Amino acid sequence: MTGPVASAPGLDRRFGAYGGRYVPETLIPALDELEGAWAEARGDGGFAQELAALLRDYAGRPTPLYRARRLSEAAGRTVYLKREDLLHSGAHKLNNALGQALLAKRMGKERVIAETGAGQHGVATATACALLGLECVVYMGSEDMRRQRPNVERMGLLGAEVAPVEAGARTLKEAVSEAIRDWVTNAAGTHYVIGSAVGPAPYPALVRDLQRVIGDEARAQILAAEGRLPDRVIACVGGGSNAIGTFVAFAADADVELVGVEAAGEGIDSGRHSAPLSTGARGVLHGSLSAVMQDSDGQIVEAHSVSAGLDYPGSGPEHAHLRDSGRARYVAVTDDEAVAAFRRLCRLEGIVPALEPSHAVAWLLGAGVDAAAGRGPVTANGSEADPGGGDHHPSGGGLDLLTLSGRGDKDLAEVLELG
Amino acid sequence: MADRIAAAFAGHGRRAALMPYLMGGYPNLPTSHAVAEACADAGADLVELGVPFSDPLADGPTIHAAASEALAAGTTVDDVLGVCEGVAARLAVLLMVYANTILAGGAEAFVGRAASAGAAGLIVPDLPHDEAAELRAACDSRGLALVPLVAPTTAADRLAAIGQDARGFVYTVSLTGTTGERGELPAELSSLVEQVRAAAAPTPVAVGFGIATPEQARGVGEIADGVIVGSRVVRAAGDGGAAAVRELVGELGRALEG
Repeated sequence: MTGPVASAPGLDRRFGAYGGRYVPETLIPALDELEGAWAEARGDGGFAQELAALLRDYAGRPTPLYRARRLSEAAGRTVYLKREDLLHSGAHKLNNALGQALLAKRMGKERVIAETGAGQHGVATATACALLGLECVVYMGSEDMRRQRPNVERMGLLGAEVAPVEAGARTLKEAVSEAIRDWVTNAAGTHYVIGSAVGPAPYPALVRDLQRVIGDEARAQILAAEGRLPDRVIACVGGGSNAIGTFVAFAADADVELVGVEAAGEGIDSGRHSAPLSTGARGVLHGSLSAVMQDSDGQIVEAHSVSAGLDYPGSGPEHAHLRDSGRARYVAVTDDEAVAAFRRLCRLEGIVPALEPSHAVAWLLGAGVDAAAGRGPVTANGSEADPGGGDHHPSGGGLDLLTLSGRGDKDLAEVLELG
Repeated sequence: MADRIAAAFAGHGRRAALMPYLMGGYPNLPTSHAVAEACADAGADLVELGVPFSDPLADGPTIHAAASEALAAGTTVDDVLGVCEGVAARLAVLLMVYANTILAGGAEAFVGRAASAGAAGLIVPDLPHDEAAELRAACDSRGLALVPLVAPTTAADRLAAIGQDARGFVYTVSLTGTTGERGELPAELSSLVEQVRAAAAPTPVAVGFGIATPEQARGVGEIADGVIVGSRVVRAAGDGGAAAVRELVGELGRALEG
C-alpha cells in the first residue's frame, strides 16, 4: 500500500482564482508554520510510514471496494462502493484527523481544536487525540449537538471537551468561526484540525493530501477488480473532503467523469439548501475564496440540509476550480430524495449509510437536478437552478464508483423522527 | 480624502489621536447616526465605522453581537454608508469592513461607493498584505487609504513590506486575539509599537484591540500616534446610546491631554 502522502501534488495556495488566505494578520505566521511543517512532513519517509502504519493497524485501511450487486441492479449500472463507512470511528474523517494530529505532535503543539457539524470530524479528532495523548476541544453548534447527540457523548468518552456554539443558526458555519477565533488567540501552542477541504491555505491542499488515500486505494482496487477505470466517480460534497480525496486520484484520467453531489435541502428554488457550487457566487468564507451562498450585500446566508455534515454555505476552493474548468460537475439532491436513498440502501445492501453519502446514492438512483446543465460557471447571486432530472443518466452497462463516506448510526434518530 | 487622515494625526494637539469605533446600525440605525455625531461632538479625531458582517472572524463577543443585532434589524451596506456620509464632513471616517462585503460587488465598485459617501479609508481585517494589492490600487485611484493591520505575531520582514505599502496609518493589533475589552494590555506592546514605527515611518502608528479605560488609552497614547477604542464604545452605545458615547469619548479624550 502506498502511503497517503508520497504521491501528493503541489501544496497549492490557489486553485485557479480560488483559495488564498483571507484571515486576520495574526494568523499568517501560524499558516506559514503549518505550510512549512506539512511540506517537510510529507517529504519525510518516516512520517509517511508512521501515518500509513496507523491507518492500517489502527484505522483499518485499506477499506474494501465492494461491488454492490442489488444496488447495481436498481441503478442499471455496475456500482462499486468505496467503504469509508467501515473505517474506524465510522467515516472518512479519520484519515485527515489522524494525519493532522500526527502533524500537530511533530510541530510540538500540545492542544488541538476542531469544529464539527455532524459530529463525525469531532469524533475522529477526539479519537486521534486520545490515541496520541493530545488535549482536544471541539466546537459544535448547539443545534447540531441536539441533532447528533450520540456523537457528543462519544467525544466526551474519548476525553474531548465539546464547546457549544450559540451564534447564528448554531450549526457548522458558526462552529468553524469559533474555532478560528480560538486559533487567532492560541495559535502558538494550538493546532487547528480543520475538518474539510476548506479554510485558508494550506488547509485545502493539506486535507486533500490526507484524504487522497481514498482515491488512490479505490483506483487500484477497481483496476484489480474490473481491469479498467470507472466511467463515473461519484461523491457527496459539503466542504468536499471525501470528494476531493476521491477525485484527485482520477483527475488525470480524462475519460473518468467526476460528479459531486450537493444537498438541495428543501429544493434549490426554496432557497433552503446547501448547494453553493450549484448556486453560489464567488465569495470569501472562513479564509478562502470559493463558491459561497450569500446575499447581494455579501452577507453569508444560512445553509440548510437534513444532513448536518452537508449543512454549510461554502465549498472547498478546489471544487470551485474543478467546476469552472469543467473537469468535475456538481449536482444537487433534496432532503427527501436523500432520506429515501438512505432507506433504500439499508434494504438493498444491508448497509446503513450516513445521510451525507445518501445524497450521492440518491443521485445514482436517478434523483436530483443538474443545476449547472447548459450554462457556464455561476457568477450571479441567488438561485438559478433549473430542475430537470432524467437527462443526467446515461443508461446501459456503465461502471460507477461511489464513495460511501460514512455510516449512518448517528442519523438513525433523525431519520426515524421523519417517519 | 486620505489627506484628512494625515491632518487628523497632525492636528489633534494631544498625546495621540483618538479614534472610537462604532458599529453601523447598532443599536439601531438612527442611534448609530447619533453615536457618530456624538463622537465628533466629544472631540474624536477620526472614527472607525464598522460595516456589520455575518461572519466577523476578527471580532470578539461584543462587536460580533452588535453586528448580528444590526443585521437582524435589516441594516444594509447602504445604510452604513449613509452614516458615513452624515458625519464625514466633521471628521475622517475609516470603514472597518470584511473582505466579502467588498468582493460581493467588486473592489472598484465598493471603493467608488465608499468614496461617494466621503470615507477617508478602509480597514479590512481579513485581507492580509498578500491579498491586498488589487484593493489598494482601487483605493489609491479614488484617494482612499487602505490601512493595513499588523499583529504581535508579524515577523520583521513582513512588517517592513507592510510598512512600505501602508496608507493613512498602520493599525497595530495590540494583542494576539480577537477584539474586546481587556483588563491589561501586553507588556511587550511598547516594543511592538517601536518596531512598527521603524518599519512604517513616516506613516503614523495607531493601536487598537483591548483598550477600554482612560488609563489604558493614556498609556497607549504615550507610545503610539493614535488610540482606537472599539468594544468599550460599542458597549456604551448599546447601554446608553449617543449620550453615553459622548461622555465616554470625552473622558478618553481628556485622558490623552497633558
